[in-house]
Amino acid sequence: MLFFTIVSFYLCVLIFINLYRAIYGPDILTRIAAINAIGTKTVMILILIGFIYGRVEMFIDIAIVYALLSFIATIVAAKYFLTRRSIE
Amino acid sequence: MTFHTIQIITAGFFILAGLFFFTTATLGLLRFPDFYCRLHATGKGDTLGTLLMIVGFMIYEGFHLLSLKFILIPLFLFMASPTVTHSIGRAGVTCDVEPWEKKEQSGTEETE
Repeated sequence: MLFFTIVSFYLCVLIFINLYRAIYGPDILTRIAAINAIGTKTVMILILIGFIYGRVEMFIDIAIVYALLSFIATIVAAKYFLTRRSIE
Repeated sequence: MTFHTIQIITAGFFILAGLFFFTTATLGLLRFPDFYCRLHATGKGDTLGTLLMIVGFMIYEGFHLLSLKFILIPLFLFMASPTVTHSIGRAGVTCDVEPWEKKEQSGTEETE
């Protein structure tokens, strides 16, 4: 159990590093990429929490739904910039 | 060394390997000079990290109906992550984000 908590804390540190890039990213598109990276890491943390609390079936479903949502969010943002043709 | 300890050791090994690829992806996101390089790093690093960690969880959990659900996430991510990276890259190209070029060292040795 301790191993899973250490792994999830490490993933949280990684998320904060990604958050730095999301805040200071030079343009909006690197921010979207950083948010997408944070999304996949959150899916991992969700499954780890499932292992820690012992109820894995419930947390796998939440993780699957979250993976789908973060994918759709990034696709919609990219589509928006495809039609808008400029970043400013 | 019963079967259970071998199972736990291999699961731990896979999870640590997944963590390694997550760190390289984050490092790539931070250190690469240009939007496309960063996209390149996160797109691949996260997918492989997710696959390795999910394999580690499956080994730790043992093989029954539950691990079938475990396969869904990397299966979906192997289809979703390339499309996301492609669409963001295309958005970058249409919004004419210039790729990075190495500056000419004008005589002075510019330390990279």
